[in-house]
Amino acid sequence: MATHFFGDTAVLTGRTVRHVTRSLDTIITTAIMPIAMMLMFVYVFGGAIDTGPIQYIDYMLPGILLITIASGISYTAFRLFTDMQGGIFERFQSMPIARSGVLWAHVLTSLVANVISLVVVVGVALLMGFRSGAGVLAWLAVAGILILFTLALTWIAVIPGLTAKSVDGASAFSYPLIFLPFISSAFVPTGTMPGPVRAFAEHQPVTSIVNTIRDLLTQQPVGTDIWTALAWCVGILIVAYIFATISYRRRIS
Amino acid sequence: MTLRQPSMLAVMRIPPTTNQVQGPAIHVQGLEKSYKELRVLRGVDLDVARGSIFALLGSNGAGKTTLVKILCTLLRADTGTARVNGFDVTTQAADVRESISLTGQFAAVDEILSGRENLVLVARLRHLKDPGAIADDLLRRFSLTEAGTRRVATYSGGMRRRLDIAMSLIGNPPVIFLDEPTAGLDPEARIEVWQAVKELAEGGTTVLLTTQYLEEAEQLADRIAILHQGRIIVNGTLTELKQLLPPAKVEYVEKQPSLEDVFFAVVGDAGKDDKHGDADEGSQDRKTWSNKK
Repeated sequence: MATHFFGDTAVLTGRTVRHVTRSLDTIITTAIMPIAMMLMFVYVFGGAIDTGPIQYIDYMLPGILLITIASGISYTAFRLFTDMQGGIFERFQSMPIARSGVLWAHVLTSLVANVISLVVVVGVALLMGFRSGAGVLAWLAVAGILILFTLALTWIAVIPGLTAKSVDGASAFSYPLIFLPFISSAFVPTGTMPGPVRAFAEHQPVTSIVNTIRDLLTQQPVGTDIWTALAWCVGILIVAYIFATISYRRRIS
Repeated sequence: MTLRQPSMLAVMRIPPTTNQVQGPAIHVQGLEKSYKELRVLRGVDLDVARGSIFALLGSNGAGKTTLVKILCTLLRADTGTARVNGFDVTTQAADVRESISLTGQFAAVDEILSGRENLVLVARLRHLKDPGAIADDLLRRFSLTEAGTRRVATYSGGMRRRLDIAMSLIGNPPVIFLDEPTAGLDPEARIEVWQAVKELAEGGTTVLLTTQYLEEAEQLADRIAILHQGRIIVNGTLTELKQLLPPAKVEYVEKQPSLEDVFFAVVGDAGKDDKHGDADEGSQDRKTWSNKK
């Protein structure tokens, strides 16, 4: 069975990627909300927010990218849920294939869809005046962190995708994730927040991830934030993967 | 007699690819399954002979789907044994999956892909050579060539079911499970599915189908079992089942045409053009077949 794992996963990924490329509206819906927020913050609120020497759009783009991923993965849950509802999931499970390939196909497709959305959002940001002097290595590091964050959130999305009872349930889980960047250093410096809110903001995953990406893009030294960020991403990834695997086993036993 | 039968029989003569194992195609003994408090299967015993059509009758909630899922390795039984094509469903699940295919209650097709892409997908997953040729052949056999490049989302219920069954035939598995294959289909599409199932069994495939329609079991099955409250309460041929009733009485009743007779009399010629506008040869077979009846 193991010999077929990569071949089967590739075939199944081809199928789900076609779902993305044939309904490009899901990419547009994923990208439109972060773009709208970016317009609001840059042209409405941004002028009143003091971010020091950094241009506001450069300051807030990392947070917008995380919101893009958080809204993108709700479609991962939706696609998986649709497969579970129709008979196709059972058809695959009753075939002589590497069974976990079905899940991995959805995970890889999530990665592809989110990368497309991220490119669209960065493109719009460039039109709005975003600039970075970061070198190739810094960009690669940013891409690596975003991919790791996407994988972590995708495995979270797999859980409702497998267990939800309704379409709404399958995608509603992403709202708190979309909201999380607002209580972080993504849009305003945390210094002005009242005590408990500030404490939460500074110790939740988004802040360290946003700070790391921002430092990389603005060519600042990243400090220890990068390790905190990586620890959060890997930690969430492992925990979500374990729970997703447990729900998957339950579904197929 | 029909347009698609000759090609279909030619392909059907290819023996199933998986190693044949002696004994019944399906053997179930003392199978039990509960969901928490609810005892769905309470000791099911049955055997299905190779190359036969076996119908499992039962009302909603009788446990038909649960039994099929256990036989397809999608669920685990609590106790009891089940063997498919000679392989144990728990300890030799991979071999069972090589031997079967499942057409579930909901057409297990990918709506966003075209019909041809669906077939190619399954052929690839079964690691067969030349998936494209297999797909084209099946499209022809199931009168879907014209619709092959269209997205499945645009198909009618009958076309989806035909595609679904075509997907199940890829790789010639020796045992096929059809869970309520005609649920929600109109009478014409139902007869198309029946025709496909009959042709399958003629080619030597073992078919286990579940249904709520008594007429379906009567039309298709070599043996019929009734699953009621988690147990098989009757198992036999149609003739044997009929003998369970009091002997037939002779009464003189004016024979009224059934609604089905009326439906086909009215739709017969007119329906072919507007409903199956895309050169659907299937409708011709159907007429021949239903007229004979």
